[in-house]
Amino acid sequence: MDYEKIKKSAALKQKIFSGVIYFFLAIWGLFVLFPFYWMILTSVKSYSAYNSEYIPKFFTLSPTMQNYIDAFTTVHLGRYLWNTLVFTVITTGLMMLVITLAAFAFARLEFPGKNLVFTLFLALMMIPNELVIITNFATITNLNLRNTFAGLILPSVTSVFYIYLLKENFAQVPDALYYAAKVDGTSDMKYLFKVMIPICKPTLVTVGILKVIECWNSYVWPRLITDDEAYYLVSNGIQEIRENGFGRENIPAMMAAVVVISLPLIVLFLLFRDKIMEGVSRGGTKG
Amino acid sequence: MKVVFENLTKKFPNRNKKAGGEVVAVDHFNFQIPDGKLVGLLGPSGCGKSTALFMICGLQKPTEGRIYFGEDDVTDIPPEHRGVGIVFQNYALYPHLTVRQNIVFPLENLKGSEKMSREAMNEKALEVAKLVQIDQLMDRKPNELSGGQQQRVAIARALVKMPKVLLLDEPLSNLDARLRLQTREEIKRIQRETRVTTIFVTHDQEEAMSISDEIVVMKEGVLQQIGAPQQVYDDPINLFVAKFLGTPPINMFDGNVVGEKLFIGEEAVLICPGVKDMAVHVGIRPEGFILDENGPFTCELSRVEVMGRDISVISTHKDAQSVSIRSIIDAMNDVDTTKAQVRFSLKPKKVLLFDRETEERVYFSIQGKSGDNYGLTDSVNSGKEDDQGNNREEVHLIHRQEAENQTEGRA
Amino acid sequence: MEPTNKYKGWLYLLPAILFLGCFMVYPLVDVFVYSMEEGYNFASQTFFDTGFYNFSYVLHDPYFLQAVKNTFLMVVITVPLSTGIALLISVALSSIKPLRNLFQTIYFLPYVTNTLAVGLVFMILFKKTAYSDGLINLLIHLFGGPSVDFIEGPYPAKMFVMCLYIIWVVMPFKILLLTSALASVNEHYYNAAKVDGTSKFRIFYKITLPMISPTLFYLVITGFIGAFKEYSDAVALFGTNLNAAEMNTIVGYVYDMLYGDSGGYPSYASAAAIILFMIVMTITCINLLISKKHVHYV
Repeated sequence: MDYEKIKKSAALKQKIFSGVIYFFLAIWGLFVLFPFYWMILTSVKSYSAYNSEYIPKFFTLSPTMQNYIDAFTTVHLGRYLWNTLVFTVITTGLMMLVITLAAFAFARLEFPGKNLVFTLFLALMMIPNELVIITNFATITNLNLRNTFAGLILPSVTSVFYIYLLKENFAQVPDALYYAAKVDGTSDMKYLFKVMIPICKPTLVTVGILKVIECWNSYVWPRLITDDEAYYLVSNGIQEIRENGFGRENIPAMMAAVVVISLPLIVLFLLFRDKIMEGVSRGGTKG
Repeated sequence: MKVVFENLTKKFPNRNKKAGGEVVAVDHFNFQIPDGKLVGLLGPSGCGKSTALFMICGLQKPTEGRIYFGEDDVTDIPPEHRGVGIVFQNYALYPHLTVRQNIVFPLENLKGSEKMSREAMNEKALEVAKLVQIDQLMDRKPNELSGGQQQRVAIARALVKMPKVLLLDEPLSNLDARLRLQTREEIKRIQRETRVTTIFVTHDQEEAMSISDEIVVMKEGVLQQIGAPQQVYDDPINLFVAKFLGTPPINMFDGNVVGEKLFIGEEAVLICPGVKDMAVHVGIRPEGFILDENGPFTCELSRVEVMGRDISVISTHKDAQSVSIRSIIDAMNDVDTTKAQVRFSLKPKKVLLFDRETEERVYFSIQGKSGDNYGLTDSVNSGKEDDQGNNREEVHLIHRQEAENQTEGRA
Repeated sequence: MEPTNKYKGWLYLLPAILFLGCFMVYPLVDVFVYSMEEGYNFASQTFFDTGFYNFSYVLHDPYFLQAVKNTFLMVVITVPLSTGIALLISVALSSIKPLRNLFQTIYFLPYVTNTLAVGLVFMILFKKTAYSDGLINLLIHLFGGPSVDFIEGPYPAKMFVMCLYIIWVVMPFKILLLTSALASVNEHYYNAAKVDGTSKFRIFYKITLPMISPTLFYLVITGFIGAFKEYSDAVALFGTNLNAAEMNTIVGYVYDMLYGDSGGYPSYASAAAIILFMIVMTITCINLLISKKHVHYV
């Protein structure tokens, strides 16, 4: 056998093969990135420049920040951002509290009916949001909570799935730690906050980030429950901008707004990349 | 602080719900653990020793019976008010806290008049840390410590509240062999220095024997025997205790007592005065064999293992209950490995008889004369000629001089 | 451990139970009640009769039928396509070392972006306006094709953009799960196969695929469920008046019945939501049945 020949042809094959792979991956990368590039590019083109380009240019030599100024002055982008921030912070905070307590009860405490309730909780995971949103809409309307933060936040607080995720994590903390704490006279509440939560911090952070992403991007519920622009979140805001926006089709300004509302989550993602990806692969759903 | 169990019982619902019924983890315990002693609760896994420990510290409530600390009934007192410290098998150190924070943790829970200032807590923590010799490691996290060090931290945390009773759950099982030896000395030392009543649970009889002032042997929730380690070893009350204690384990044979003589197979190996004719389990401790060309007990020689100080003779016997018989004899003895058989005479004190039915100990009185030597055997196979063709009628028993006057007559 | 107060656990559960009770359990019961109340008037909260009229109305509503058709098309096109492409990409990703992290980061970006926002970008890329034909149309021109308005033009064009955008949106999740599934396949299997001279394709078909089949199956199921609930992506591309654009989805129909210009009919909305739920359940059950034969759980 001619080993030299085999070696050479194997190396060549390998090179061609990985070349094809990289080409293919790069194409998909372009497909993913292109809309981002386009929105940033368009957002720095001036209104007149954009509209005069019958054939859109792939770059611009005279970038302008005017569109960003317009986005904050002509429409209430700042307000949408603020609303979304308030909504996200309160909803996530409340949820963390509620699910931590519930998960702790399921993972650590013994009480009559525990298994039954837990089974019922699990069964609730199968209920799609679309089925309950109708009554929630009626409830919130009847309580006169339309166009309020309470109306936006309350139905978004609990997540059975996160309770389940957290419970599994809590249950991994060795029993002996709890017993040790008990012998030392630690109350359940103190044990939860001083021992359980610090140990399970990574999961809690992951759940928190996932919820933040969910809140930031939520559209359906806010759309149903708010028609006063003062309470719009960014998703509704962007829709509002699109439909009634800048008086005329000011696409560059629209794109500036899109960049502004996309930016916080992208920054968050780049900061917590591993946490988010790990969290999504464990507990995310989308698509 | 002595610990008293009165009729202590714990039942659990059967884990397999379909099977129903209850599992009795601890069955009517009645005994005392004396003040200031180091006591080992010993038994195979699943014998209820951990349940007993958890009931002492209050993590589990007894189904019936009472527990007293000294004169106080603590049965219904929650754990934190009992004044117990516990070290768990895997140490249960809080992974996110430093050594100092771990040790201080129990003190932070004190309320009312017991409340301590931060300085007092740290001082106290340093004091116990010095006792267990980890004062250099106070700012490390548990995962930066070796197993032995983690254990010391756990002990320090258990001791920091000055408990009346210190409980250790399998304290050595997570350590490697070398550390185990070192740590058991350490536990002994700490216990001596603090004088705190210490109860520890283990399935390792060697560990229990080596450091305990007293051992409590349990089986399936039932107390078998309690006493000083050597005493329990020398004088087990039943087959289980005899088999459970000792490494290498006791050699078991099927035997019969006929006319106050103990027969293993066809050979009369020992006279056992005071025992009526019956079928027995015969247990012979490895150190109970004496190499003796004229000995009454013949085994098939397998091999000899030299271990320096002494040698092990591995042999087989058709009536042995295990594949091989291990006897440990002094290295001075010369075993002729060319022979197919090896003959022993037996030390009566090391031969234990148990009723074949009840597995309870059958006691016999040991007779002997002072000044007898091991090698000087004059034993006989009843009615049967030995190799030399001698027919001997009497069995003389040879035993240690210091043991001669001890007679066990509890049967 | 026997606690002093054995009902204390319930106290910890109370907030969760309250929230779930108010916004999940009660609505779940109520939606069935709504769906049976005929001629329900939202303002006066009265109804004439009970029965299955709402279901019959919804099933005969052309808008609903259009929505069902759209939704099924989206499901049938996007689920196999996105899963297949995601599998290809993940396999390619796992076969490289340099730049892998970079690619993974890029591919995940759509997961964290606002669907409505990026939908707008897709829209301007595909839309024909008075000023410009849009980038995509120019590309088509370049290859000699006629320009099409993908946003307000013919149905197939609209469906094409729709599906393209859905795939863009759902890919990150699928790629992420598949790459981690691929990474967890034990190296030994590959090494053993390589030594035997097994071809790459055969390794993939005989070893990799069976090993990751649980993940793949999970993705197909969640993919189906997700695609059946498609809504915001459509709004992002075609605006809130989806009925006019002929691009409504079942979920969109539910919301339109509930609220908006054509809203105020919670009974119809409930009936439609229940029908959707039934469809999803049926499909999921079929999936489960099929998977029994083809998925290898290790």
